[in-house]
Amino acid sequence: MAKPTTVDPEVPQGQRPQRAEPSVAATAAAGSVGWVDDRVPVSSIARKGLRKAFPDHWSFLLGEIALYTFIILLLTGVFLTIWFKPSMAEVEYEGSYALMRGIPMSEAFASTLSISFDVRGGLLIRQIHHWAAMLFVAAMTAHMLRVFFTGAFRKPRELNWLIGVGLLSIGLVEGFAGYSLPDDLLSGTGLRFVDGLVRSIPIIGTWAEFFVFGGEFPGELVIPRLYMVHILLVPGILLALVSAHMALLVYHKHTHFPGPGRKQTNVVGQALFPVYMAKAGGFFFIVFGVTILMGALMQINPVWLYGPYNPAQVTAGSQPDWYMGFVEGAIRIIPNWETHILSTTWSWNIFLPGVGLMGLLFTGLALYPFIEAWITGDKAEHHILDRPRNAPNRTALGVAGMTAYGLFWLSGGNDILATQFGLSLNAITVFMRVAVFVGPVIAFIVTKRICLSLQRRDRERVLHGSSSGILVRRPDGGYTEAHAPITQAEAFTLTQHTELPALEVSETTDQHGVKRTGKRTSRLRARLSRWYAHGRVPKPTAQEIADAGHHGEDEADHAVEPAAGTGELTSSGEPASTH
Amino acid sequence: MSLETRHHAEDHPVPDPGLVEEERFSDVDEQAGQRAYRQVIGLLVAVPVLAIAFVVVYFAVPIDATLTIFNATLKAQNLLLGLTAGLAVLAIGVALIHWARQIMGDEEVIEDRHGAAAPVEAREEAAAQFAVGAEQSGLSRRKLIGSGLAGGLGIMAIPAVVLLADMGPWPTDEVRRETIEKTIWTEGSYIVNDVNQKRLRAADLVVGQLVNAQPEELFDLHGAEFQTAKAKSSLIVVRMDPASIRVPASRQDWQVDGILAYSKICTHVGCPISLWEQQTHHLLCPCHQSTFDLGNSGVVVFGPAARSLPQLPITTDANGYLIARSGFTVPVGPSYFERNSENDFEEGDD
Repeated sequence: MAKPTTVDPEVPQGQRPQRAEPSVAATAAAGSVGWVDDRVPVSSIARKGLRKAFPDHWSFLLGEIALYTFIILLLTGVFLTIWFKPSMAEVEYEGSYALMRGIPMSEAFASTLSISFDVRGGLLIRQIHHWAAMLFVAAMTAHMLRVFFTGAFRKPRELNWLIGVGLLSIGLVEGFAGYSLPDDLLSGTGLRFVDGLVRSIPIIGTWAEFFVFGGEFPGELVIPRLYMVHILLVPGILLALVSAHMALLVYHKHTHFPGPGRKQTNVVGQALFPVYMAKAGGFFFIVFGVTILMGALMQINPVWLYGPYNPAQVTAGSQPDWYMGFVEGAIRIIPNWETHILSTTWSWNIFLPGVGLMGLLFTGLALYPFIEAWITGDKAEHHILDRPRNAPNRTALGVAGMTAYGLFWLSGGNDILATQFGLSLNAITVFMRVAVFVGPVIAFIVTKRICLSLQRRDRERVLHGSSSGILVRRPDGGYTEAHAPITQAEAFTLTQHTELPALEVSETTDQHGVKRTGKRTSRLRARLSRWYAHGRVPKPTAQEIADAGHHGEDEADHAVEPAAGTGELTSSGEPASTH
Repeated sequence: MSLETRHHAEDHPVPDPGLVEEERFSDVDEQAGQRAYRQVIGLLVAVPVLAIAFVVVYFAVPIDATLTIFNATLKAQNLLLGLTAGLAVLAIGVALIHWARQIMGDEEVIEDRHGAAAPVEAREEAAAQFAVGAEQSGLSRRKLIGSGLAGGLGIMAIPAVVLLADMGPWPTDEVRRETIEKTIWTEGSYIVNDVNQKRLRAADLVVGQLVNAQPEELFDLHGAEFQTAKAKSSLIVVRMDPASIRVPASRQDWQVDGILAYSKICTHVGCPISLWEQQTHHLLCPCHQSTFDLGNSGVVVFGPAARSLPQLPITTDANGYLIARSGFTVPVGPSYFERNSENDFEEGDD
């Protein structure tokens, strides 16, 4: 047996890997990631992922803010757990805040004071944590609105929408649990409210109350239990859902707004490495930096001013954190409905605005993508976002929802409105009882009109160009404004959207009078579909655009000279008054 | 099926001109590019400076030191720690983004999308694989294993749920009578001031006065027991001009010369009610603005509360101190499912 000419004495022959000669670049990479690559194929992932495209738009940053504040919450939360004691056992305060010394309070409140006054940087981290929580829910809400108004929830992203609704709803639970932990006067009052809310659930209310609180309110179990919910159970679920949300985002690839070169079949954006990494990473530090500055400069939840929880005290102007404001408002304005059946009492005055309203909001949000797809009959995948005006009913519905939410939210501060504006508290409450129903209807109509007007403006712009600001006097003495052509890129953007036809009621019998089988469109569905498509301003056809251009040439005496350059539509000088 | 066929036929009256490249100032102007470079470096140099300042503040500034700026007294350490750390982190972020926007190449990449759906071949192959597996499992012939397993897993939910049955005492009739239906008020309990714990003497109260009160026994309790008892026993004692109030026949002996006592716990969700309108005798809950008329047996005059405030029958002892004639005649606080509160006192009852 012939021996090889060179043998590495260190490596037994049988174990030598057999490889093709690697390129220079691969050799360089092997130096740094080779060890890992031999075990986990990171190069295979990097090959596809490093230059993944991420479209740019400011509204895509809203979800990033939510993600980053969540990370900030995890980091600052870990710091707080080092000192916080989730215990309702009574202690006498002996810390450095002189005004409370000698006062009996729970260990939870005493340790919150200790974090605020005795731990260096403790107050800063506590305030960052609270501000980040406010921003977390706010960013999730704004992100959800962006996804809603641009139609990003449509196929194939419905599942990710559902995950998002889950994140938002349990985000509220997480926030509320955290708000309750310090056991100060305000958070204890919040818990007292939760006690009443849980008790109001028909049939199982009292049982649920006793099970949540370990007996009567307040007992001594609820804060340790909420602590478990706040730092283990809910963050665990949030983390899992956030991971699934991100994984689906990567799989589906990001949506993009319509524009030149952007298609249903592609995604146009900055490459993950290096531009998007630097931008997204940089944005994390900006969000973190801003929350730190908020923690430094803006006081939040100064529990030492409220004092320990005392079931016989409450301050005027007591309110929950902002994201529970809509429930608070509904609870405040509902009439005092209670029903008595046999030996039971049904507390609608708490159950409906509390459990009912939250259930309605999140159920409605979860179902919306499916309802809209059912109405439009749209089974296509969508990767190009809608401009909100091009989905007038959806946009109007969204604004109506925001209006209802906003009115409920304002009702949550009816006492503040009354004192700040010198109005009657009772009048505000009665007004809100009506406004939460009427306001959304008005908002719907107004928004839909605005959307249709904007559609009309888009059509005008494509057909007749943009206002030039130049007034031209005609030979007959009249004045007209000359219109300048718009670029082909803009005209494309304004006309690329799809106009779905309304569904029609399926014939129940075919031409031979035989009953049809299979899926049919019901009358209700067809009516809804007609309503959904009704009033839409049709986008100009290629023929209309060509005609408009021709028309412009006839009256070239008052058209502005087309600007130099390529890609322009023909100019139009048609007087605005005749449009 | 390709992605193209799965969405609607596209109707584009204006043809797509394709991706438009835009020029950046920092690419065109060499100086602007250099300036952006210097700005990024400047920001990154600020980071270690601020980080060191943070450490100095942490050790050098006492935790109780204060700063007064524009008449506002601020905790110096909190402010300076936050400013140094916040600006340092912000500088990193701004530097990264400035680098990405002004210095990195700004050419966009175009990536093709794949359809979200699994290809038909994959579905067919998966179905075939599943069929093979299902056959191998023997479930098609011995079906009972499947139903047995499903039933077994399902039934295990019951022990898991039962395990939680001790989360709290069960609010049976008996337990409710001893908990949410009971306060520590009993016949002869002395009514004491909530703050100084002194007994209240009828003669010391003037018309229009409101006193937050508790039963004297409360202050023997501690910790959770104290809080739980206080959450139900808190009392409001008011003195009104007997001529200006309506006292129903059934409650004539519940009051002492216009001194009436009501539960302070709102019948809505249980907040302690505290805002007293002396002239109208109205008591307003600051949480949800339920309003009760203390001059009319505590009936609801506004807001979401459905039940009148429970009134505590009171009288005086031999020395003129206020005492309870009995406990509350109805449970205090929010309504609950197991009790029909229809017969609680209402406007117009006598």
